Amino acid sequence: MDWYASGSIIAVGALVAASAGMVGCFLVLRRLALLGDAISHAVLPGIALAFLLTGSRGTLVMVLGAGALGLLTTFLVQSLQRAGVQEDAGIGVSFTALFAIGVVLVSLFAGKVDLDLDCVLYGEIAYTPWDTLVVGGVNLGPESLWIMGGIFLLNTVVISAFYKELKICAFDPAMAAAVGINVALVHYLLMGLVSVTTVGAFESVGAILVVAMMIVPAATAYLLTERLGVMLVLAAAQGVVSAVLGYFVARYFDSSIAAAMTTVSGALFALAFLFAPRTGVVARALAHRGLRRAGGELRA
Amino acid sequence: MDLSWLSIADANTRWVLTGASLLGLSSGVLGSFALLRRRSLMGDALAHAALPGVCIAYLLTGTKHLGLFLVGAALAGLLGTMAISAITRYSKIKEDSALGLVLTVFFGIGIMLLTVIQRQPGGNQSGLDKFLFGQAAALVGSDVQMMTAIAAGLCLAVFLLFKEFKLLAFDPGFGAGLGLPMGVLDLLLNLAILLAVVIGLQSVGVVLMAAMLITPAIAARYWTDRLGMMTVLAGLFGAASGALGTLLSQLGPRMPTGPLIVLAATLVFLVSLFFAPRRGLVARLIRFLRLKQQVARESALRAVYELAEGAGDPGAVISLEELRRRRGIAGAGALAALARAGALAPAAPGPDGAPAGWRLTPSGLAEAHQLVREQRLWEVFLMHEGELGGQAAVDRDGARVPDVLRSELERLLRLHGLEPALTAQVARKEGA
Repeated sequence: MDWYASGSIIAVGALVAASAGMVGCFLVLRRLALLGDAISHAVLPGIALAFLLTGSRGTLVMVLGAGALGLLTTFLVQSLQRAGVQEDAGIGVSFTALFAIGVVLVSLFAGKVDLDLDCVLYGEIAYTPWDTLVVGGVNLGPESLWIMGGIFLLNTVVISAFYKELKICAFDPAMAAAVGINVALVHYLLMGLVSVTTVGAFESVGAILVVAMMIVPAATAYLLTERLGVMLVLAAAQGVVSAVLGYFVARYFDSSIAAAMTTVSGALFALAFLFAPRTGVVARALAHRGLRRAGGELRA
Repeated sequence: MDLSWLSIADANTRWVLTGASLLGLSSGVLGSFALLRRRSLMGDALAHAALPGVCIAYLLTGTKHLGLFLVGAALAGLLGTMAISAITRYSKIKEDSALGLVLTVFFGIGIMLLTVIQRQPGGNQSGLDKFLFGQAAALVGSDVQMMTAIAAGLCLAVFLLFKEFKLLAFDPGFGAGLGLPMGVLDLLLNLAILLAVVIGLQSVGVVLMAAMLITPAIAARYWTDRLGMMTVLAGLFGAASGALGTLLSQLGPRMPTGPLIVLAATLVFLVSLFFAPRRGLVARLIRFLRLKQQVARESALRAVYELAEGAGDPGAVISLEELRRRRGIAGAGALAALARAGALAPAAPGPDGAPAGWRLTPSGLAEAHQLVREQRLWEVFLMHEGELGGQAAVDRDGARVPDVLRSELERLLRLHGLEPALTAQVARKEGA
């Protein structure tokens, strides 16, 4: 086993999963999971256009292109809603249209840009170790590691800095507005983080699977705790565990690494769903039986 | 440009076009119900969930047969719907997260299996990756025959169960009250949506299949308020998008069919959003401007009347100066429009040729009297709302007096001495 390659792939996967998991907590709490899904699809034309216009694969260009499209999606969904389209349909129409444009752009200029549809769908995390960042002739290791590290740091800093605001907005937007928090700004801040995380994760895990990394760990953590702080940590931890286990599953089956990470993440969710203390299906069934027995004893 | 598609046009394109139109037809029809049930994104989840089913069908049988793929996709989709309802039912996770979760995890499993298959010897020839973005050109005669059978079955089912599905869409509680098995009907509708998704997989692909359920239906919603009409229109829009997208994809060698069909449907949606009569944005803008114009016109006419009333002379010339001093009077545009309609007459042009003042014509006087009277009745109603308000439903936006209170309000109007003083009779007397 090549320790350098495995290590850097696992590290990048873990960083993606941890960053996405933290942002995902707020999506799950605010019932915006599907908007996150929509944004992650819709950034594709932004990335493709940024490529075509500048011809560079620079991170800044991609972040700008994708960030713009992420905000455009949020805006489109809201405008359609104001024009009388119901929310789920508005999300569906906007993201499918934008994603379709993205796929057509990528297919049309497949020769010119170094992007292909497989990469869009499930990323190229396997190439991570060889895409290295060289500054002043010094090899600093895999570039994605630096990018994802930066995004992880950004998410952590922004979430800690605006923790109180994000928390109040997540649980009670009306109260947030009443105490003078700019709810719309916090919303766009969150969507901005979603877009940036999606772009950063795009090369590694693809546009669609990054949604899995946002929603699944957050949903798992949601089942296990009732405290937001704990939920954030648990979601990040679930993401990291999925990344590590997923890598070995992928090696065993010789499959896409990102997809295997998602599958493991789904399996972890299923475990939490069934066996979570107090809220899991099994725990509830046991509690139910205990209650019934207690009721029977009372009657007897 | 590669023109070889012209030669395909004779032999194969007919099949492909038929297939794409059929899928648009059936998904449009069922999408209408999904939309009204607020289940639009369920189609997205079903489509993504179908991918592992297709892959497992290939892994188990090792053959590439559309029928088997469809069975696999349908089973996986069914499992996906069951997972979504189990998660929302047995945990505190909300429907949107459950949907996103099932969608992405099933898709992840599907991609994992797909990559496993592709790395097997001969796996690349399986053509399974065509299911991601669709490849209508790969449709052959037997596929289209199967699609025709399913699409016809779906349309027939919707036709036969139209009344029941309509109840399900608008008022399931009422349906249950009538003794209809709403749970079974809901399951049937989900199954029908699932089948519509499944026959679209090969042409549009799992990633964008949701659009075929949502976009034609939401476009059709703009043109009608009747479910039957909406269903038919959505079917037609879907079929047209399918055909248009397929034709476009024949233009280039690397054009993926699915996204182009989706873009064609989006185009139909945008046209509907802007240009549909009544509900379209342009029609709404025109209505808004007309209303604004009418309000300006009426308030200008009332102002002229009330100033003339103050002067005690129906034929009094009201100068622009006086009009400007009153609040809420729109500019010269409204006055000119009233003059064109014959309600006002310009009097004594000033040095610059513009009229220095306006007076009411006989017809204008009658109209203004009516308007002012209605306005004052409304004001009297507002004054006495405490005593009268509870007695009738009130149209506050239209500022219309409730009819049942009219005679009482007319009495109060006289009591307050607010009855408009200038009438056509007064004018005639003065003139004589």
